[in-house]
Amino acid sequence: MTVKVGIPRALLYYHYYPGWEAFFRSLGAEVVLSDETTKKIVDSGVRLAVDEACLPVKLYLGHLANLRDKGVDCIFAPRVVSVERKKYLCPKFLGLPEIARFGVPDLPRLLDVEINVHQQYQKTRRDLKKLAAGFDRRPWVIARALRAAKLAQDEYEATLRLGHTPHDVLSGTENTYQEGKLRVAVLGHAYNLNDKFISMDLLSKLREFGAEVVTAEMLRPQDIKRGAGLLEKEIFWTFGKELMGAAFHLLEEGKIDGVVLVASFGCGPDSLVCELVERMYKRGKNAPVLMLTLDEHTGEAGVVTRLEAFIDMLRWRKAV
Amino acid sequence: MKITYPHLGSLSIAMHGLLEDLGLDVQAPPPITKRTINLGVRHSPEFACFPLKINMGNFIEALEAGADTIVMAGGTGPCRFGYYAQVQREILRDLGYNFEMIVLEPPQGQMSELVDKIKELCGDKSWPEVMRALHTAWRRIKAMDQLHALTLKVRPRELEKGSTTKAYKEALQPIASARSNAQIEEALRRGTKTVKAVPCDYEKDVLRIGLVGEIYMILEPYANLYIENVLGEMGVEVERSIYISHWIKEHLVLSSLGLKGSKQIKKAAAPYLNHFVGGHGWESVGDTVLYARKGFDGVVHILPFTCTPEIVAQSILPTVSREQGIPVISFSLDEQAGEAGFITRLEAFLDLLSQRRIKTKTM
Ligand code: SF4
Ligand code: SF4
Repeated sequence: MTVKVGIPRALLYYHYYPGWEAFFRSLGAEVVLSDETTKKIVDSGVRLAVDEACLPVKLYLGHLANLRDKGVDCIFAPRVVSVERKKYLCPKFLGLPEIARFGVPDLPRLLDVEINVHQQYQKTRRDLKKLAAGFDRRPWVIARALRAAKLAQDEYEATLRLGHTPHDVLSGTENTYQEGKLRVAVLGHAYNLNDKFISMDLLSKLREFGAEVVTAEMLRPQDIKRGAGLLEKEIFWTFGKELMGAAFHLLEEGKIDGVVLVASFGCGPDSLVCELVERMYKRGKNAPVLMLTLDEHTGEAGVVTRLEAFIDMLRWRKAV
Repeated sequence: MKITYPHLGSLSIAMHGLLEDLGLDVQAPPPITKRTINLGVRHSPEFACFPLKINMGNFIEALEAGADTIVMAGGTGPCRFGYYAQVQREILRDLGYNFEMIVLEPPQGQMSELVDKIKELCGDKSWPEVMRALHTAWRRIKAMDQLHALTLKVRPRELEKGSTTKAYKEALQPIASARSNAQIEEALRRGTKTVKAVPCDYEKDVLRIGLVGEIYMILEPYANLYIENVLGEMGVEVERSIYISHWIKEHLVLSSLGLKGSKQIKKAAAPYLNHFVGGHGWESVGDTVLYARKGFDGVVHILPFTCTPEIVAQSILPTVSREQGIPVISFSLDEQAGEAGFITRLEAFLDLLSQRRIKTKTM
């Protein structure tokens, strides 16, 4: 019987799903995704998590509950500590398997392999192989699975760089890429921007307003790296570094008309990273910044109004 | 050059002494008041953690008082603290202050990097002089921590409310002004006597509570609404899980020798959290288990609003509390924390603990 591996459509799903899916598929497992975020998923996440957790973590718990109810055999819930040298993810990712286990009752087995490229690169490789061996012991199958994961992931990232958002690609929606009159950068965690519930479908709304959307995934890694290098001290969070690197690069390049910064209410890293980005752009005086802080209480109407006003302002600036 | 530093409980005293011993012209940040907090809050990112905001208030007030150089600690993540200084510097620059910020990054393996930086700070001092100053600072910290631990035992038993706190203040002064190791020892001996002389009822049955949480909130009484004094005066013996002397030993000395401290805490935490999560999140979980094992009546967990590592701990503590049979209460504090609500919740918690005690006794 094929094993059903559940993957929550939340948090790192937006970064790594294609790789993960290829990995489990080529090991002969069936991959089951949780449903797209619904009000019910949000409500259950909010109930299960501590009040102070950020919305993305609350949603993660909601998606886990959703998978549990679907009756999967196990859930892929890795502890992603670090995905590159000298950089970490936010502390909540470091304790995510425990937040999950002690937050959501009656979960099936969690595949909570540790991904720690900075401190434990060799061990991470070994642990991934061990995880794979739980599905199929044959070494060549394991090697194939790792290769397939890398291939799928590389391809995914290459597609994003052509100007697509993770949501475009993962949901298989039409290529909505357009050269707009306005170029607006939207910077924030992928799991905020691409979850239609959290972001109130901000990306589509901007496109409907006729703006061309630029996200960090669309930029070349070397540009982001160079941008991030302009700081006095490098940011030690991978996603913070990407946001900052993209912001610096776009500011220097001078080809965007404005920036929408999206942060979670109470997000630790964002509170500092977005502060620096706002200050830089204010000093540069070239592109206005709209800062949106989102949580489960944010009203859609308010966000739409602010977006509209912002776009109007950008148009007006461009006209004069 | 007029140098300043952020407040952090009694560590400020040692910091001040150290900078002076290094021959620097020191401008102490004015004591934390409502104004400090207001300034810090006004000029910090809204969702920055509370310690960052208080630091900002300290820096602004110190710069106003004439400081032109700030020493601040750094860090390598994953917790926000390692980026505090960068953000604070940019904000202060935008506010128009003219100053230099010296960030002491933790040694990545080697203690000597840190010592080099300190030496650079005070150019004309010789090696032995720098080492001597560091050693004196270390002695001072240890003496203050020792005295502090004693007050936590005396306070709940004092006959007259407030007498321990008064004696403690009196005893600290000579430790602060001592200029040599010998003077520090002498001040500690006399201070211990002073605190021990507080009239007490040693027969009194007191509740025992362990204090866990984020390091700044634990160490800075202004930030934690003087919880140790409040609990002590309600007749509770508090044990604090973090002392700066332990912290230094573990993070600066042992880790640079390749040794890892606090094994016991991590082992105790393992069934609930077997991984570091930045800050003191791991320790908060481990210490709670240890307090349960040591038969404490309860645990108070203190975190700054939005503190990432402690939110991880907070997500796990209810399970620890249930399985280990120890009541835990979490206080998430920031500039909006009101004293009234805080005291009410503490009192209710103490009621619960007393009832549990009676129940277990009669059983
Ligand atoms: S980075 Fe921010 S939004 Fe993401 S998990 Fe951490 S606190 Fe939450
Ligand atoms: S431990 Fe908490 S309060 Fe301290 S810097 Fe980190 S996030 Fe902020």
